[in-house]
Amino acid sequence: MSHPVDQAKNAEKFVADTVHESHLDKVLWMSRMNRDAAAREVPEWEDLRTLASEIKEHTLSNLADYLTQFEAKAIANGMIVHWARDAHEHNQIVYDILAEQGADTLVKSKSMLTEECELRPFLERRGIRVTETDLGERIQQLDNQPPGHIIGPAIHKTTKDVALLFSQKYGSDPKNEDPAYLAMAMRENTRPDILTAPAGMTGANFVIAETGAIVVATNEGNADLCAHTPPVHICSVGIEKIIPTTESLAVFIRLLTRSAGLGLITQYTSMFRGPRKGATMHVILVDNGRSARLGMKRFWHSLKCIRCSACMNTCPVFRRSGGLSYGSTYMGPIGIIMMPTFEIRKYSELPFSSTLNGSCTNVCPVKIDIHEQIYAWREVMEENDQIQVVKKEAMKVADKVLSHPALYQIATATLSTALEVLPHFAVYNRLNAWGKHRDVPEAARETFHEWYRKHRVETSEVVAS
Amino acid sequence: MNSTQALLRNTILESVRANQPAASPMPAISHFSTNQPADLVATFSKSLARMAGVVVDEDVPDLDAFVRRQFPEAKVICSAVPECEGTIKPASLKNWSEASTIDVCVLRSPMGVAETGSVLLSDIELQVHTIGFLAHDLVVLLDPKQIVSNIHDAYEHPYFKLRPYSLLMTGPSGSGDISGIVVHPAQAAKTLTVVFLPSPKGGQRTG
Repeated sequence: MSHPVDQAKNAEKFVADTVHESHLDKVLWMSRMNRDAAAREVPEWEDLRTLASEIKEHTLSNLADYLTQFEAKAIANGMIVHWARDAHEHNQIVYDILAEQGADTLVKSKSMLTEECELRPFLERRGIRVTETDLGERIQQLDNQPPGHIIGPAIHKTTKDVALLFSQKYGSDPKNEDPAYLAMAMRENTRPDILTAPAGMTGANFVIAETGAIVVATNEGNADLCAHTPPVHICSVGIEKIIPTTESLAVFIRLLTRSAGLGLITQYTSMFRGPRKGATMHVILVDNGRSARLGMKRFWHSLKCIRCSACMNTCPVFRRSGGLSYGSTYMGPIGIIMMPTFEIRKYSELPFSSTLNGSCTNVCPVKIDIHEQIYAWREVMEENDQIQVVKKEAMKVADKVLSHPALYQIATATLSTALEVLPHFAVYNRLNAWGKHRDVPEAARETFHEWYRKHRVETSEVVAS
Repeated sequence: MNSTQALLRNTILESVRANQPAASPMPAISHFSTNQPADLVATFSKSLARMAGVVVDEDVPDLDAFVRRQFPEAKVICSAVPECEGTIKPASLKNWSEASTIDVCVLRSPMGVAETGSVLLSDIELQVHTIGFLAHDLVVLLDPKQIVSNIHDAYEHPYFKLRPYSLLMTGPSGSGDISGIVVHPAQAAKTLTVVFLPSPKGGQRTG
C-alpha cells in the first residue's frame, strides 16, 4: 500500500529556499494578473465560461456516443484508432507501434497524459530514446524531474538554474543566464533529433467528434514539428478531451490561453484531421480511470478540465510550495481533486493542501467547483479513515467547537489571552501545522461577536432615536 | 481492429455508458457579433503585434525585392506563392526535414482573425507542412478583405471541416518556460511578417 504523499512536508525545503519560493510566487501571480487583464478585454467572458461548462457537461453526459462518432470519423479520415484501458496498455500500444517501425528514437511534445502513464521510463527501459521538445519539459527531462506545472513544467527554476543545467548537459556558457540564449541552446540540441526521428508524438488539447480532428495548441511549434517531420505521428488522448463540434472549439480556444495568462491564443493552434501524405497517424484513446470518475457523483466535474493552469497560478498554497511538492502528475487545486481518483490512499493528504478560499473556482474557465470538491474530498477521506491521527484529532475538536456557538465564543474570546501567556512550545508544535513556517498573528483584542454586540446596540440606539 | 482491440474498446465504452451522468443539453453557441471591432484591419494589426508578429501595411510592388531587403542574409527563399519567385518551391523538397535549410518562406493565408492576429494556413498553402515551422523566417501574404472578426467566425472557415491539416498561426514561435520570460524563437520560426496584399482571387473567401 502506498504511503500518503505529505505535501506540506515536501514543501518545507522549497519554502525554506526563499529565492525559489519568491520567484515562483512572483511568476505565477504575474500569470494570474495577465489572466485577469485578458478576461477584462472580452465583454462576453462570463458567457464564454458558462458555455464552456455547459458544452463539457453535455459532452461528458453523452460521452460514449461522441467517442464512437469520433472513432468513425477518424478512421474515415485515415487515422488508426487504438483504445487503452490503463497506462500499461497505452504504453504497450506506443511501444508496439515503434517496434513495428523499427524505431529506436521518439521525439515528442508535452503531454500530461504521457506523464500520467509514465510513458518515458516505460520506453526507455525497452531501449527507445525519447527527446522532449517542449523547452520546459526538456529542462525537466535533463534534470530528471517530473513537470512542476502543467503549462510551464520548469517554471519553478530560475534562469541561473537552467544556465547551470544546460552548461552541464549541453556545454553552454554557465554564466549566460539570458533565456533567449538558453532557448537557442536547447533548440540547437533538439533540432537534429526532430529532423531524424522515425516517429513523433503529441498529446491533444481537444478532439472533435463531428470531424474526427485532433487539436493541439503550442507556443513553440514543437507539436507540429513532431507530428509532421517524422513519417509516423502517434497522438495520445484522454477520453474526456472530446468536444462535439468545430463550432464549440471556438469557445474553448478563446478561453484557454487567456486563462493561462499567456496572451490571446497560442502561437500554433493546429488541427490534424488525418495523416500527412506518405505518413501514418495513430490515435490512442485512453481511459485510465476516467470512465470510473465519470460515475462519481461528487467528482465527475473535474473531467471538464482543459488544463489551462489558472487554478494553480492563483492558489496561494501552490505558488508558495511548488508543483513538485504534490508528488503527483497533476498538481495544485485541480491535482488535489483529480489525483485521489487514481489512488485514494497515496493522495489522501492532498485535499488538506488548500485554504479553500475559492479563488481556483472563480478563475476556472469551465466552472469546475474546485474548492467545493476539495472540501468534499476531505469528507471522503474522513469517511474512508484516510486522515492522519493528528489532523483527525484537530478536526474533532474543531467540529465540537464550531457546532456549539457558546463553546466557539469562549474559545475565540480566550484566544488573545492564551496566545500571550502560553509558552512558545505550546503554540508552535506539530499540532499547529500553520505555525510551522509562520508566526501566528497577534489575536484581535476584540472578537467579532464582541464588536457586533457593541455596534448592534449603537445601531439600535441610532435607529430608535 | 483485432479481437483484443475490440475487447478494450467495448470495455471502455461499456464503462462510460454505465457511468455517464444524466444527459444535459448542448447550448446554442453565440458568435457574440455585437461585440465585434469596428476596424478589423487595425484590430488584426494590434493583436498580431501583441503576439510579436510584424504587419507590413505599405505597398509592396516587388515581393522578391522586399524579401531580400528584409532578410539580406537569406540564401534559400522558398516561395509557395505566385507573387514571389524565391529560390526554391516547396515541391523541390525531397523529404520534409529538408525544409530546415530554408531561410525565408513566403506563403499566402486565406484568412486572418482580428481578435487574435492569427492567420489561417493548411496543407493547401504549405504543401510541405514543415516549411511553416522549419524555415527561419516567415512572410505571410494576407488580403485585408479576408480578415474576420473573432475566433467563432474563424472556425466557420471550410478548411476546418475539409482539410487534413489546418492551423491558426499567431506570431513567431516563442516560449515563456524559463522564468516566465517570453523569448523568440522556440522550436519553429524566428519571425512572422504579415504583408497586406490583395488576393489575386479578388478578396473573396477561398477554400
